Amino acid sequence: MDKIIELRIHGRGGQGAKTAGQIIAEAALDNGKHIQAFPEYGPERTGAPMKTYVRISNSEIKTYSPVINPDIVMVIDPTLIGQIDVTSGMTDNDVLIVNTTRSSDKIKEKTGFNGKIYTVDATEISINHLGKNLPNTPMIGALIKVTGVVEMDFLIERVKNTFLDKIGEEKTNANIASIKQAYEEVK
Amino acid sequence: MIMAEKIVPLTGNYAIAEAMRQINPEVVAAYPITPQSSIVEMFSQFVSDGKVDTEMVRVESEHSAMSAVVGASLTGVRAMTATCSAGLALMWEIAGVASGLRCPIVMAIANRAISAPINIHCDHSDTMGARDLSWIQIYCENAQEAYETMFLALKLAEHKDVQLPVMVCEDGFITSHCVQNVKIYDDHVMRNFVGERKSVDNLFNFENPIAMGSIELQDYYFETKRQQQQAMSRALKVYLEVGNELSKVTGNDYGYVESYKMDDAEVAIITMSSSAGTTKTVVDRMREEGKKVGLIKLRLYRPFPHGEIRRSFKGIKAIGVLERAFAYGANAPLLSDVKSAIYELSEKPKLQSYVFGMGGRDLLEEHVEHAFNELLAGKTVKEEKYLGLRE
Repeated sequence: MDKIIELRIHGRGGQGAKTAGQIIAEAALDNGKHIQAFPEYGPERTGAPMKTYVRISNSEIKTYSPVINPDIVMVIDPTLIGQIDVTSGMTDNDVLIVNTTRSSDKIKEKTGFNGKIYTVDATEISINHLGKNLPNTPMIGALIKVTGVVEMDFLIERVKNTFLDKIGEEKTNANIASIKQAYEEVK
Repeated sequence: MIMAEKIVPLTGNYAIAEAMRQINPEVVAAYPITPQSSIVEMFSQFVSDGKVDTEMVRVESEHSAMSAVVGASLTGVRAMTATCSAGLALMWEIAGVASGLRCPIVMAIANRAISAPINIHCDHSDTMGARDLSWIQIYCENAQEAYETMFLALKLAEHKDVQLPVMVCEDGFITSHCVQNVKIYDDHVMRNFVGERKSVDNLFNFENPIAMGSIELQDYYFETKRQQQQAMSRALKVYLEVGNELSKVTGNDYGYVESYKMDDAEVAIITMSSSAGTTKTVVDRMREEGKKVGLIKLRLYRPFPHGEIRRSFKGIKAIGVLERAFAYGANAPLLSDVKSAIYELSEKPKLQSYVFGMGGRDLLEEHVEHAFNELLAGKTVKEEKYLGLRE
């Protein structure tokens, strides 16, 4: 049986965590994978902590249970750390990717997580390229650099498909530039 | 529009809307209700983009939605709708008219709990409550199955030996809002598969004018209802025929049940919809540990395939019936059907009722594994057990 890669994304309502999860999954499908992407539907409120899940596999995904033991956790909003247990269900072999200005040592100290920690200032990148704090798209760049779950070309095509009609070429290109910058800068 | 076969990321709801686009029914009337709404939202987009020729009727309630599709269906055209939960409850009166007047309406359902307490998440209380309304009910594991079942349902409903409405059920949110790989078949192939509705007795057949919806008291009501019962029996046979026809297009099987690793199974779980997928994952893992466990996924719930269920469980030591609904004050719905199906077996398997997932409570793989382990250990009791419930 092929191992299913399980991803959990933590964000706040309105920050685009669900969209980020869908883009990752859809790009992976274009990349020939089997996928699932689904948010945890609670009472949806802007600013409230929320989670979304992605599964990626080489073979059919049958389970419909939520992701309990993620291989990768991505934290879009750094203020969630310390407020909710973002590393719940993770082991030392797993990967944590955080949007933060702090160092990975500082994140380790705050979360007590002993696996690999990667950081990127997705907020700053987003403000530079988009003029707004929309860290969800650059975070996808960081994710694919660190984990290789999707190839960049498939991701860019999918971002174009998702955004071009909705926000136009200029803003779509800005999103792609932000993804590429986060891809380069994540450490 | 020509579109080749392709694999695309779709939610269960969008997959159903895609099927409706390909079917291109003459009339759709619907009222939004979470988690069904995105089926009709997407379909409305198809209408406004000119991708279908459908007359979209925006009604003020589900009662009106069902009334509109019944009226349309009686003129001999294809009419479809979608709903769940309180929406289905509000349709109740006219849902009985739909089956009583033998309207082959296909209605997609994103299963949702019944209030109170108010809850927008999945369980099967809504459609289980409607199981005696003389509607055929088919339950789908995932978005792919929901998409394909829409075509099967339409041909089954319209078959001259059946002429009954069908509910195509998927799990609200769990399936309806989960983006998954869905293989969409060619538009022409699917349109050819469903063809045109061939209705003889309808209100627009001016060669043979008839009255519909007349009163029948002690004189004829009983005979009319008996005909519905006979049509339900015939639906069992037609379901397989239409399924075989659809298999030629998709290569997939459409049995009453999907039998998963049952060949040498000692114990088995029977369940419907998305929980069957989660159970398959657990079966795979427990099989690797050498445990002889299997799954019967029930697709066709009404009419209930008693013979198939009986054959499936012959020689099985213990069966766990996992279902997302209560029958208050009685055996849970699926348990009661399974129990009556195995009554004729000389060596009866032990039965254990497990109710789970009410109001969208997560069904975890560990819950299913726990149930299998209890069955393997022979720990079955007369009382209903619960998975994922806080005591």
